[in-house]
Amino acid sequence: MKGETEVLGRWRTAIVAALVAGGALAVLADAARAERGVVIERASGSVQLVDNATRAALARVEGLGDLSHASLVFSSDARYVFIFGRDGGLTKVDLAAARVVGRVVQAGNSIGGAISRDGRVVAVANYEPGGVKLFDAASLEHLAEIPATYGAEGKRAKVVGIVDAPGNRFVFSLFEAGEIWVADVADPRAPRVTRLANVGREPYDALITPDGRHYIAGLFGEDGLALVDLADVSAGARRILANYGRGEEKLPVYKMPHLRGWAVAGPYAFLPAIGRHEVLVVERATWRETARIPVHGQPVFVMARPGGGQVWVNFAFPRNDTVQVIDVERLALVETLKPGRTVLHMEFSAGGEEVWISARDDDRVVIYDTASFKRLGALPAASPSGIFFEWRAKRVGM
Amino acid sequence: MATRRILGTVAAAGWLGAAVAVGGEPPAAVRQAELTHLVRQDCGSCHGLTLKGGLGPALTREALRGKPAASLVVTILQGRPGTAMPPWRDFVTEAETAWIVRKLQEGTLDER
Repeated sequence: MKGETEVLGRWRTAIVAALVAGGALAVLADAARAERGVVIERASGSVQLVDNATRAALARVEGLGDLSHASLVFSSDARYVFIFGRDGGLTKVDLAAARVVGRVVQAGNSIGGAISRDGRVVAVANYEPGGVKLFDAASLEHLAEIPATYGAEGKRAKVVGIVDAPGNRFVFSLFEAGEIWVADVADPRAPRVTRLANVGREPYDALITPDGRHYIAGLFGEDGLALVDLADVSAGARRILANYGRGEEKLPVYKMPHLRGWAVAGPYAFLPAIGRHEVLVVERATWRETARIPVHGQPVFVMARPGGGQVWVNFAFPRNDTVQVIDVERLALVETLKPGRTVLHMEFSAGGEEVWISARDDDRVVIYDTASFKRLGALPAASPSGIFFEWRAKRVGM
Repeated sequence: MATRRILGTVAAAGWLGAAVAVGGEPPAAVRQAELTHLVRQDCGSCHGLTLKGGLGPALTREALRGKPAASLVVTILQGRPGTAMPPWRDFVTEAETAWIVRKLQEGTLDER
């Protein structure tokens, strides 16, 4: 208990120092080593607050419901996180106080969420009932609902791949409907929605490029991805990497890839193939295929290291004990690591020097140096899944 | 096409149903624990850790009520072509699958 109070004090001190001093030096001195993060503990409905300077846990926050598929976003000042649980729970946690400050169970089944660029609106993507709900980031007051209705019978689709986009917009995809919607939340009580139909069969997840320009949805029901230029939404979605499987029979997919994360490195975007043990490489200038890199299994996360140079990949069951590293210059594998049983997620430090990897069935988070691939340490955690460092607060689509 | 798939499923279900009825030995305790873990964690990737559904449908007792066990066994072993449900026959035997289906229909696998 004593240790917990001490470390909490440190978190608070660091945040207060950054806020009060406001000076670049104070922030930089802190940022050079201290970076705080949150580790989802999947089975116990809790999160650990961690410090990447000491590689230690600061505190644990419990009572967050079903976190079997959980993600979170930071408030724009990184003081709070908004955690999206599978059971429809939206929980606001104060990182400085290490406690829950707000919680609503807003749907029956949720997949994730996003926070508007101005930090005022939190959007949650729901499977049941299919749609998006908007909440006030300060109070968690419910502001509006966008039902994901489609077709003549007014059925509701599961919503996937929600991201924040420049201009206080949210972009998301409708799995059964094969549509991408862009919602302008300038007035969050009356969002204005632009619907793009026929984007492709079964979009399963999506990402926004780090410059906020392009939204890319992966398609499960066909070979290819849907691309929307957010500077010209009225032009609609176009297909990229169409027919990358070339009609060959797909390998079984035991877990859906996750597209959120950095997929862009240098002139390329790196994307998981579906039903093929490959990472697809497209040139961003033309959106044409540049290469396909054979990898260990069905890719789940394909993440470019901040600062460039490398792309890290983890894999679906049953090949989920492995992580591979692609060299961006050579477009080839340079390293294969075995961090532990059931690797679910990876998160880089802000500068990309370290990567934290959750090994769910070993109940630990393993830390590697990304230059030497040396194992730097490990942190105990109960069934860890997502890991999120506070640098995300400033980035679009994270 | 749809008709053929249904007929195929029914035929296979009949055959498996017989096999299951004959070889219905429950798996050993260690294996039961592994199977429970597999269902919650890996089936849970799509169906939810608590089996209340995700991109895939719910696998709770209520959701599976009235569904013939034999066809559920076939779905698990062979997957459902044209959907996201993959075949699991490389990881579980027929008898193990029958045990999983029984436990799902009893609602005893989704307890935490």
